[in-house]
Amino acid sequence: MNWEVVIGLEIHAQLATKSKLFSGAAIGFGAEPNTNTTLVDLGMPGALPVFNKEALRMAVMFGAAVNAKIGMTSVFARKNYFYPDLPKGYQTSQMDHPIVGEGFLDITLDDGTVKRVGITRAHLEEDAGKSLHEDFQGMTGIDLNRSSTPLLEIVSEPDMRSAKEAVAYVKMIHSIVTYLGICDGNMAEGNMRCDINISLRPKGQAEYGTRTEIKNVNSFRFIERAIYTEIERQADILEDGGKITQETRLYDPDKDETRSMRSKEDANDYRYFPCPDLLPVELTQEYVDIIRNNLPELPTQKAERFMREYKLSEYDANVLSATRAMADYFEKVAEIAGNAKLAANWVMGELSKYLNTEGKDITESNVTSEQLGGLLVRIEDNTINGKTAKSVLQSMWEGEGSADQIIDAKGLKQVTDTGAIEEMIQGVLDANAAQVEQFRASDEDKQKKMIGFFMGQVMKASQGKANPGKVTPILNKLLKG
Amino acid sequence: MSLDKQDVQKIAHLARLSLSDSDAEQYKDSLTSILDLVAQMQSINTDGVEPLAHPLEAKQRLRDDIVTEENRRDAFLANAPQTEAGLFLVPKVID
Repeated sequence: MNWEVVIGLEIHAQLATKSKLFSGAAIGFGAEPNTNTTLVDLGMPGALPVFNKEALRMAVMFGAAVNAKIGMTSVFARKNYFYPDLPKGYQTSQMDHPIVGEGFLDITLDDGTVKRVGITRAHLEEDAGKSLHEDFQGMTGIDLNRSSTPLLEIVSEPDMRSAKEAVAYVKMIHSIVTYLGICDGNMAEGNMRCDINISLRPKGQAEYGTRTEIKNVNSFRFIERAIYTEIERQADILEDGGKITQETRLYDPDKDETRSMRSKEDANDYRYFPCPDLLPVELTQEYVDIIRNNLPELPTQKAERFMREYKLSEYDANVLSATRAMADYFEKVAEIAGNAKLAANWVMGELSKYLNTEGKDITESNVTSEQLGGLLVRIEDNTINGKTAKSVLQSMWEGEGSADQIIDAKGLKQVTDTGAIEEMIQGVLDANAAQVEQFRASDEDKQKKMIGFFMGQVMKASQGKANPGKVTPILNKLLKG
Repeated sequence: MSLDKQDVQKIAHLARLSLSDSDAEQYKDSLTSILDLVAQMQSINTDGVEPLAHPLEAKQRLRDDIVTEENRRDAFLANAPQTEAGLFLVPKVID
């Protein structure tokens, strides 16, 4: 049978506040266990939460960025369950009145089509601590540093119909939260985690099939692979006439399979109720308007501006605006070089090759935007040609200094003096007298093919320093004799 | 609406409370009488009345995003029956 897959996503984005959602403890990845905790985070009786102003502002920023209704009155609720890394016995979250209501965003697929994905809601909640199951003589170790870290849980409509669409959506959310500066977006450190709801239905059927939820997937690649394996698993069951059990599953990247998390019955009876320790949060229209009117440029707007202002192709504009760091890097290079197209080519071409080879992010580049800009300036003013520039970039990548230092140290300055070039070309022609004879005896078509040979010899003789723009007319003139 | 003893045991389990059979019997009756009161209140027409999230007519105050607490791990760990390497130790949990 022809199955249609239906996917909805819940993304937990860790908000980039300095202190916790409900306490004045620091937030820091990799700190010594239990050093970033307070009585509130430990769930000590009588310790009361106080809501972090910045977490509220960040949540409203996100809402404004995805065209959502903002909850002018939002209410915290307790989600009750027992687990040792949640000492209070409940997670403070939001239920009926989330801070961000219905919204949407547009994603661009590989074939260039634009698809709108609905956002159901986004609510604020606190993270739990961490359980460590190894090495404690049959005991479990509890680290509560992460407890009360602010999370924004972003819930999508079941609008996605393929793994590719799901990944494009997650990338867009990632891009938006990092552009807004409200989340570091480091998936390996768990800054962004994703729960995938997935079901199949016969193509053309209106009702949804029974879904499963794959918990806590934390990379773009794993999201795609988890969806593929889960589609296959569900299709196999349905093709054999079986039924899908509604359950929570885990994706195991090593085995590339999903497996059931055997949860006890009642596990999902969370008995939400309004948190008596926190009052309703009331926003004014003025507060929301100020945030809305001061949103930074978002990825889609930036891509549009790159096409308009720098005349970049849609593809280039999308690649260069994918992350804020990439966009900032590119714009700096373009500004220094004074040639956006050249900057785009070098950032996406030569520089990306080095980054990819070493598995580095643009923020970890050995060559800064200022340095790359400095190199391109020397192409623009004809000090060096593109070929020499590539070798200069390599030296820059290896830490040998700025473009100008390397050009000077290695004597790479392009020869532009017409007299000197003419003299050098004459030398090359003298050394290849037989080929020159042959050239002069050939017809025009043949000559066109042969010119490359002479060009190569000239560049070799000049060690790549001759300006090709100047060489060509002189070479043509001298060859004709 | 009335609860049976099984409901009471389920509620107790969710709250991780251990109830004897005779306790369960007693709670069955008292919880049922609370539900009866709720049922009585349900009969009131509340059309157009916003649900109350908090009995105080006040709104949430906010805190500046500043780290105000220092590391007091040693004091906190001193309250725990068992610790190791800066961690609280609890009986092994496997989900």
